[in-house]
Amino acid sequence: MTIREVQNALDAGIACGEEYLERDVHSACGADMMSDVLAFVKDQAVLLTGLCNAQVIRTSEMMDIICIVFVRGKIPDEDMINLAKEREIPLLVTKHKMFTACGILYEKGLHGGQTL
Amino acid sequence: MSDQIHLTYQVSGDDFTRAGEASSDVKRMLKKMGADPEAIRKVAISMYEGEINMVIHAHGGEINVTITPDEVEMILSDNGPGIPDVEKAMEAGFSTAPENVRSLGFGAGMGLPNMKKYSDDMKIDTKIGEGTKVTMKVQM
Repeated sequence: MTIREVQNALDAGIACGEEYLERDVHSACGADMMSDVLAFVKDQAVLLTGLCNAQVIRTSEMMDIICIVFVRGKIPDEDMINLAKEREIPLLVTKHKMFTACGILYEKGLHGGQTL
Repeated sequence: MSDQIHLTYQVSGDDFTRAGEASSDVKRMLKKMGADPEAIRKVAISMYEGEINMVIHAHGGEINVTITPDEVEMILSDNGPGIPDVEKAMEAGFSTAPENVRSLGFGAGMGLPNMKKYSDDMKIDTKIGEGTKVTMKVQM
């Protein structure tokens, strides 16, 4: 699945990183606690989150997350967008709630990656 | 050319949005040097969690990083309150972080456990009222 397919499935807007939409996504993670993301995520993952601050971008950078989707229509601010641009991480915004957004992607065949 | 690189970072305790800049810098440097991606990842995560801890609990501090061909050593020193019970603090899920930190996505009690998980060696020296020094090593 590509980031563009994720965007289409979630009917998501693009806050930045339109040039990276053809990248392959292998797994997904839905979390509001960044420490959980730091503990568990691997493998070209897309992060779905309801948290909207600079540390979401930083955490994603550390974990090599290839795309961030903000759920419930949360809009990243300019500083976050600038940081994401620098780190080449596309930011998407969907109106779906977390559970629904995760469910849509799961149905399309995107799973959570390896278990512990 | 020396085969050792020393880096020193001052971590501000006032600005949560800037927390992680030092880790980001080290990560990018290792990437540029062509280090093993898994080793880079381990350094980035353990240092980032440590940096966040410094900001949350100790009002900032200093990080010294030494990069050699064999390993990366990170020494995080602060003048914070110290850790009363290190064994307890190492338990996954145990947290003393204030509520406002949780709303920022941290303080789930995973910081120290993650640092232990991702570093190959970790040592904590702490004294109540004086500060904490965490030394972590990752093999390259």
